[in-house]
Amino acid sequence: MNKMQINEPLFRTIKRKPRSAREIMRLRMFALVFALIAGGLFVLMIGYNPVEVYSTIISGAFRSKMAIQATVKFMIPLLMSSLGVTLAFKMKFWNIGAEGQIIMGAVFASYFALFYSKLPHFLLIFIMFVAGFIGGGIWGLIPAFFKSKYETNETLFTLMLNYIALHVITFLRDGPWKDPGSSGFPKIARFVKNAQLDKVLGVQFGWIIALILVVVVFVYLKYTKQGYEISVVGVSQATARYGGMNVKKIVLRTMVLSGGICGITGMIQATGSDITLASSVAGGVGFSAIIVSWLANLNPFGILIVSFLFSVLEKGSSVMQSTFGLSTYSADVLQGIILFFILGCEFFIRYKLVFRGYHSKGGAK
Amino acid sequence: MFINFLIAAVFAGTPLLFGTLGEILNEKSGHLNLGVEGMMAMGACAGFMAGFLSDSLIIAIIAAFLAGLFGALIYAVLTITFLANQNVTGLTLSIFGVGLSNFVGEYMLTNSHTTSLKLPAQITAQLSNINITGLSEIPVIGSLFFQYNPFVYLGIVIAIICGYYLNHTKIGLNLRAVGENPGAADATGIKVTKLKYINVLVGGGICGIGGAYCSMIINGGVWMSNSVNGLGWISVALVIFAVWSPIKAIFGSFIFGAFNVLKYYIPKTYFTIPNAFYDMLPFIITALVLVVTSIRKSKENSQPASCGVNYFREER
Repeated sequence: MNKMQINEPLFRTIKRKPRSAREIMRLRMFALVFALIAGGLFVLMIGYNPVEVYSTIISGAFRSKMAIQATVKFMIPLLMSSLGVTLAFKMKFWNIGAEGQIIMGAVFASYFALFYSKLPHFLLIFIMFVAGFIGGGIWGLIPAFFKSKYETNETLFTLMLNYIALHVITFLRDGPWKDPGSSGFPKIARFVKNAQLDKVLGVQFGWIIALILVVVVFVYLKYTKQGYEISVVGVSQATARYGGMNVKKIVLRTMVLSGGICGITGMIQATGSDITLASSVAGGVGFSAIIVSWLANLNPFGILIVSFLFSVLEKGSSVMQSTFGLSTYSADVLQGIILFFILGCEFFIRYKLVFRGYHSKGGAK
Repeated sequence: MFINFLIAAVFAGTPLLFGTLGEILNEKSGHLNLGVEGMMAMGACAGFMAGFLSDSLIIAIIAAFLAGLFGALIYAVLTITFLANQNVTGLTLSIFGVGLSNFVGEYMLTNSHTTSLKLPAQITAQLSNINITGLSEIPVIGSLFFQYNPFVYLGIVIAIICGYYLNHTKIGLNLRAVGENPGAADATGIKVTKLKYINVLVGGGICGIGGAYCSMIINGGVWMSNSVNGLGWISVALVIFAVWSPIKAIFGSFIFGAFNVLKYYIPKTYFTIPNAFYDMLPFIITALVLVVTSIRKSKENSQPASCGVNYFREER
């Protein structure tokens, strides 16, 4: 008996009763508050006033029409690619290749923007959309094929494809697609007006597509047969197979969709915001998307909110740079801190820690 | 020319070696840590700044190790104790680490009121290539083996220690058991949580040293943002290429280093292969290795079975 007690660890983890939605929400809010406090301590440590810094971030994102437009511009690719990876995550397929899928979508679309720019405007834009979808879709299909056929680890495979895609751009930039008119560093030519996305309320109309996509993905996951199949495969492949589903087909189809949405993101970013094919077309958005999607618990409307908050942080931190001279990397630091806290808090939703001696009090042992 | 190429490959491969060794320790304990880039970046910043302020290589390396370990500690607490998703936690650590490193770097630069941060004289001398009288002067062999900076030898020594530890010690065997099947390991009385913590933390520290190489050597002793610049991600890839073996990681990292410098050594007149292709090569080869090992389904040449899955005792 005594020996048992000595060997018992200081604390152990057990599952708890499921919490109510309200309790979960409250826990997450607590985590957010703690994260902001921790971020504030960090700001304090380097000698600034946290309240001032935080209010600068928020006012910086909304202080003018221009600022709001810039915030939305940050948000479009983040929101869309988060929706894209969500499809794969729902299936427990670790698509961390959004970065590469965005790039390939942009590459495919840029081909038409550069070489078929004489086509009628709407036809050209439509073709570029399709091209973007196909580019990203292919980049999503490759790992899905090997995963479903040989069980190849998709996390690592999609990661590799990101870098292969990145160098596809540098290859095109330094070689075949190099703008002969540019001096100095090689770059790809600016798209002509005909190949640019139109603007609605001062921002490229990608934001409308992104908002529509939120609803589409929500409906697709929640109310369609295919969406149901995705969640069954995500819970258990064996169950799906037992239920007569063609798991392989579902995996391939979903990854084409997931990669395709990311591909459209790339097309929108290139033709709407960058107006050229830059190697920074994805610029880390594909990685942030994974975090956004996870934070939002794979819920499309949650993704809308989280990606909005992240964009505010991103835009606000650029204002922080001009006001306080702090580098924009502070946005990454704050994002990281917030996410660490939320990740930590998820634990308390599903488990609880039981300290040594808990049972002896109850007299069970 | 060829000798120079080999030497350049070793220099380019050394930071990868540290990152790879750190990640091997992580994965052997069942944790796919995608935060290598972040831990290296934190080590890069801490190592450089400690070296800059103290003018001592030893202190710089210790600082880099501790910074990498700190990054790994965040990851370890979240994934081992709090059972958070490994992929998301690792990615966050990468974004956080790179952001923090660049942030602190720029902060130090602004506050130093100079145009650039350059390492002082003493540490620069310590970082330069060694010169052993007698050995280093031997033609070919001397320059191939006895003329690198201290990091290169440190990396190889750590790799050999890791290889011995994993394959020839009892605790290493225990660790591999934890990585393959933590439930079974737990049942035999192995302290799973403790072993995981130790290896994830030490692995992070080793990654941190690799980061210090990036910030102190690659840019010639001048602070630059983003000095790690994707090497952490290549390290994650290299773990697969080295099939989770520390000894193979030595050669693997030098081969990947060779890919990195290959474009400078192939005469342009004969081949006109674009540079981008050389940059792509490590990733294509890693993807191929990944596919081939999965087709062959070889047990010993694949990822530890529990990698990516957190261990929760009540669910074994």
